Amino acid sequence: MLIKISKPSDCRESDVTPESLYLSRRQMLGGAMAGIAVSSLPRWAGAADAARYAGVEPGKAPSWFAEKLPSTQWGAVTVNEPITPFKDATHYNNFYEFGTDKGDPAANAGSLKTEPWSVVVDGEVGKPGRYGLEDFMKPYQLEERIYRLRCVEAWSMVIPWIGFPISALLKQVEPTSKAKYIRFETLQDPKVMPGQRSGFALIDWPYVEGLRLDEAMNPLAILAVGMYGRELPNQNGAPLRLVVPWKYGFKSVKSIVRISLVSEQPKTTWQSIAADEYGFYANVNPTVDHPRWTQAHERRLPSGLFSPNVRDTLMFNGYQEEVASLYAGMDLRKDY
Amino acid sequence: MRFAAWRISVFVASAIWPLLWLYEALMNSLGPDPGKVLVDRLGLGTLILLLITLSMTPLQKLTGWAGWIAVRRQLGLWCFAYVVMHLSGYAAFILGFDWSQLGVELSKRPYIIVGALGFLGLLVLALTSNRYSQRRLGGRWKKLHRLVYLILGLGLLHMLWIVRADLLEWAVYAFIGAVLLLLRLPPVARRIPRLKGRKVISATKV
Repeated sequence: MLIKISKPSDCRESDVTPESLYLSRRQMLGGAMAGIAVSSLPRWAGAADAARYAGVEPGKAPSWFAEKLPSTQWGAVTVNEPITPFKDATHYNNFYEFGTDKGDPAANAGSLKTEPWSVVVDGEVGKPGRYGLEDFMKPYQLEERIYRLRCVEAWSMVIPWIGFPISALLKQVEPTSKAKYIRFETLQDPKVMPGQRSGFALIDWPYVEGLRLDEAMNPLAILAVGMYGRELPNQNGAPLRLVVPWKYGFKSVKSIVRISLVSEQPKTTWQSIAADEYGFYANVNPTVDHPRWTQAHERRLPSGLFSPNVRDTLMFNGYQEEVASLYAGMDLRKDY
Repeated sequence: MRFAAWRISVFVASAIWPLLWLYEALMNSLGPDPGKVLVDRLGLGTLILLLITLSMTPLQKLTGWAGWIAVRRQLGLWCFAYVVMHLSGYAAFILGFDWSQLGVELSKRPYIIVGALGFLGLLVLALTSNRYSQRRLGGRWKKLHRLVYLILGLGLLHMLWIVRADLLEWAVYAFIGAVLLLLRLPPVARRIPRLKGRKVISATKV
């Protein structure tokens, strides 16, 4: 009699990518070809881009975005894993300004007015100032970056962002020699952000995040203005957000109104609330537990009730090759 | 049986929620992480049922209606049923039946330890909720079942350690819990007025 004892490392049948998804990478390639075709069409045809992914709700793109979209470099960085459905990526969000429930941002962020929008650039820079977003965005070529997103709460997604590298921004604003860190600040507007009106909130608004300057210079670190072939939905941090794929999601600050180059490590929001749970670096690291749960695994969403999609978390969220050198010689247990 | 219709209504009202949530999960309307949603809802359901159970005695004192006490045990058992479902959901959807991980969680995470202690308390109360135990334990039964106040504290602490950014929801439950405990302090309990039924004998001179 043959008794088959499976090793823990064996793939289960449920791990196998469904054939439809496997085959759909051709659609992706097809989509990319279509993108090239579309990009050569005049602007009015740009609306077709939103259809590059299934089930994408069309938005109302600001004109600067619609003008830039056709020349987007599609699939500039990709990952060989199925992309999270648009509905899930836009209805399962942490954006505490709009409420602490995962569905709150989608329900409440409609009131956020993203046009006009201005961004303040200040601190240790040669060219400080307040820029209208359309002027702020002028120098940059948009790229599509398909990244894993690992939340510190042990769930993850794969999201096709549209944005540009922070390094390009830094080239524009000319940091001085004193600049060691970059600090980002989210909009504070209690009138449209119900979470900021709560008297029981533990967060000291506005939400602040930051990176070391060399982290920000890493080509993977981007500022995003769109996702799934369209502009960012409000609940995902419209009109401008950070995306740092090798760090836990809370580093990727949303609806940015201020970017400062600073000489001291900024006091970031979650670190201020619970320094033992959320560090400044917040690199995805399966070997360092969150005090309240393990970080060794993650639920890749959507994760069904009877077919839980649990997978091992990768060091630096799978971007080890690109970013590990930033942390050479550091004790990542201490600097979590 | 007295209050048969009332008891059945309470039964249906308590049983309907998990069934509704299961239906929602099967219809894919709980979002991309339905397991986590179910575990959270069952946990909150446990706390709410505990608070409802604890409000039966004050309600009886307030209104004089015996129907409140008639459903108290049933509600307590529903609270236990919810915590069993909460734990099963945790084992299935969060731990993925990785029992070695359960050992790690139980030894390292204070909120899991507190939750587990609360569960053990509810287990003891559920096991001794029958008439036989009441007779066997006699006067000690009442003392034992005062454990419920400790369990409420453990449950609220368990929830407090999970809340990450906004304490409002927790504060509402904690406030209700505090009021229900306050109503049991003898000096307060004596002063609960009776709204109808038997007349309260007034000591005040007119």
